Amino acid sequence: MFETLTQRLEQIFTNLRRRGKLTEQDVDAVMREVRLALLEADVHYSVVKDFVSRVRERAVGAEVSQALNPAQQVIKIVHEELIKTLGEPQWLNLTGPKPRALMLVGLQGSGKTTAAAKLARLLRSQGERVLLVAADPYRPAAVKQLQTLGEKVGVPVFYEEKVPPPLLCAKAFDHAQKGGYSVMIMDTAGRSQLDDALMSELKAITEKVPVADILLVVDSMIGQEALHVAQGFRQAVNLTGLIMTKMDGDSRGGAAISIRSVTGVPIKFLGTGEGIDALEVYDPSRLASRILGMGDVIGLIEKAQQAYDEKTAREQAEKMMSGRFTLEDFANQLRQVKKLGPLAQILEMLPGQLGQAAKMVDPKDAERQLKMTEAIINSMTREERLNPDILNASRRRRIARGSGTDVQDVNRLIKQFREAQKLFKTLQKTGGRGMPNLFG
Amino acid sequence: MADLFSKWKEGLEKTRKATFGRIATLFGATQINSDTWDELEAILVQADLGIETTEEIIQALKQRVVQEGLTRTEELQNALREVLISRLDPTPTIDFSSHKPMVILLVGVNGSGKTTTAAKLGWQFSRTGKTVLLAAADTFRAAAVDQLQVWGDRLGLPVIAGQPNADPAAVAFDAIQSAISRKIDIVLVDTAGRLHTRYNLMEELKKIHRVVGKALPGAPHAVWLVLDATTGQNALQQAKAFKEAVHVTGIILSKLDSSARGGMAFAIQQSLGLPILYAGLGEKPEDLQVFNREAFVNGILEKNGQ
Ligand SMILES: Nc1nc2c(ncn2[C@@H]2O[C@H](COP(=O)(O)OP(=O)(O)OP(=O)(O)O)[C@@H](O)[C@H]2O)c(=O)[nH]1
Ligand SMILES: Nc1nc2c(ncn2[C@@H]2O[C@H](COP(=O)(O)OP(=O)(O)O)[C@@H](O)[C@H]2O)c(=O)[nH]1
Ligand SMILES: [Mg+2]
Ligand SMILES: [Mg+2]
Repeated sequence: MFETLTQRLEQIFTNLRRRGKLTEQDVDAVMREVRLALLEADVHYSVVKDFVSRVRERAVGAEVSQALNPAQQVIKIVHEELIKTLGEPQWLNLTGPKPRALMLVGLQGSGKTTAAAKLARLLRSQGERVLLVAADPYRPAAVKQLQTLGEKVGVPVFYEEKVPPPLLCAKAFDHAQKGGYSVMIMDTAGRSQLDDALMSELKAITEKVPVADILLVVDSMIGQEALHVAQGFRQAVNLTGLIMTKMDGDSRGGAAISIRSVTGVPIKFLGTGEGIDALEVYDPSRLASRILGMGDVIGLIEKAQQAYDEKTAREQAEKMMSGRFTLEDFANQLRQVKKLGPLAQILEMLPGQLGQAAKMVDPKDAERQLKMTEAIINSMTREERLNPDILNASRRRRIARGSGTDVQDVNRLIKQFREAQKLFKTLQKTGGRGMPNLFG
Repeated sequence: MADLFSKWKEGLEKTRKATFGRIATLFGATQINSDTWDELEAILVQADLGIETTEEIIQALKQRVVQEGLTRTEELQNALREVLISRLDPTPTIDFSSHKPMVILLVGVNGSGKTTTAAKLGWQFSRTGKTVLLAAADTFRAAAVDQLQVWGDRLGLPVIAGQPNADPAAVAFDAIQSAISRKIDIVLVDTAGRLHTRYNLMEELKKIHRVVGKALPGAPHAVWLVLDATTGQNALQQAKAFKEAVHVTGIILSKLDSSARGGMAFAIQQSLGLPILYAGLGEKPEDLQVFNREAFVNGILEKNGQ
């Protein structure tokens, strides 16, 4: 649906390839696109404004390096600024007198209870003695939800019926202290930052319990209001960290930028699934790429560089340029792709439209297809691989037999190969420079 | 209508503290100038309409300003209200009489408000004299069945549930069979939250849809996507994916009592033609209201308390 920022910028710059310095006009054109990309990523309107003018200043007059075209140059600046804004991931405040009390707060349905269980599991595996506290008496079966999860991760859950949350948390802290727990995690009820009564309840908890970490749990699909939500919570309590959840979807997660740049609250974790082990320490570079709608292009390029020896890469690039790309090279590429790691993981890193399409691919199916393709190519002679034109019906039958597939499968592969060849030619024309050709 | 309006007002006032009906002027100046358009852009983008829809609306308004010779921001504000309202279809009335039981499937991403909405709908339908059965087909999330069961007990609605980790399609099937034999009017099927990008989970949802059709040919008669009003641009992707997978027929916008404005409804209406049926304006059963586009648009135009 969205063109990727890279694609759009490539278009703008097709006529500007040979320029040395970025002029103001170049930068204007680019910044318009960057602005759109950030707004589409749900970064707050006012934050986008500030950000764009900051990048603008840096970009005007910047030397264009030899290695990058102007579009890539500006993207690099934008990317760097985003990373700077997002900041390094920070760890929990776990040093100091025990037990350390952590509290999770946020809107309804943002993922607090799940995050509480995930943190409990993580800390337990690091040798902490963890106690969970069920401080959401409002949502039906919220306590049961935490108890079920607590059982799953092997962490006890403190709860007493008909005790208001501030008192409940105070009692839990007492219990944790006496029981020798080192960390206590309080799961609170979802609330709007504008709900005065419930915000006072949060404050009351912090007055009764020495809270070491107050983590705001935010759904990564959230829109422009993220900023006000974070500001509202920060006004009531002293937020020390941010957890962005549901990052396993295709939301761009621009809220992270808004919240971080306006409140200064550091990002601590990402929730990447419903399972209790789906908690990640975030990586600023990856998150920046995602917000820009570039997939993890940087990560992908790095991975590719690691797996690819440069000579082969250059040779293949040259071959493609001249249209001399053969099934032999195709086989080579397949081997390279496999070196990158599990296919599912690679598919996840794809940018933009490609990435969205890839998410609807069943990874198991893709893995199976890859195996099949390999088997077919391995059953060809070298001559056939170098010159697929000689693949007549009887050769195709032999290959199918040899690879344990059907003739249709062989036909399909050859057709795909032809299409890929065509694609490379057009890519070459539109200047898909810099990206190794991973997907033969 | 007046009654409806006052309910919206209540729902919004609880948290938003905005004065309904007396919308502060949106613009700094009284005469339309170039700043006016920037301000307008800021307002619409911040209400999550998305930059594309926002630009379309601004173009439409610029035309009107020329055609009708508008000069004052007050006139522009009225034109804006009209344009926004015209972009939403009037809420269709739902026909409950042609199917018995009428089966409604509630779908959506994690935490959007499906279970609460199932309870709210059940309560509202039962108040109009219909018999309702709730099907707890979220067998995945911890205590999801208990959550719906608590609502059922509170509201006096029967709940059919499976064991945790049971096949959700089988639960839906059983619920419909039970509804047929008990001559129930409406079955509300609560499903597990799932991200629309998860292949396996969307396949599972398609299966539930298919199996519901086997239990009762023609069912489900409605598939409603519960969408959190705080969602940003991702809402459109969600709606598209769910529509493709299980033929969503309408949208329920939950959590409109939050500070968010739910502006993505415009893009969804525009590009998918899906009507907004209900609005969630709080956590209690009576906080679910038939969607009212005038009130909704007022919510977007009113100045926030912050
Ligand atoms: N303020 C407000 N809260 C709501 C509304 N609808 C639901 N909620 C709350 O949002 C949270 C999530 O609601 P659920 O009904 O459990 O959402 P769900 O889609 O069933 O969630 P999963 O099954 O976990 O995917 C709960 O705390 C609800 O009380 C609403 O209209 N307004
Ligand atoms: N896909 C996905 N789902 C999540 C994630 N975190 C939480 N959820 C789901 O989101 C829904 C709401 O989570 P919950 O922890 O109950 O939210 P709370 O209301 O803030 O306590 C549940 O269905 C969770 O399974 C995540 O990182 N990814
Ligand atoms: Mg919870
Ligand atoms: Mg639910």
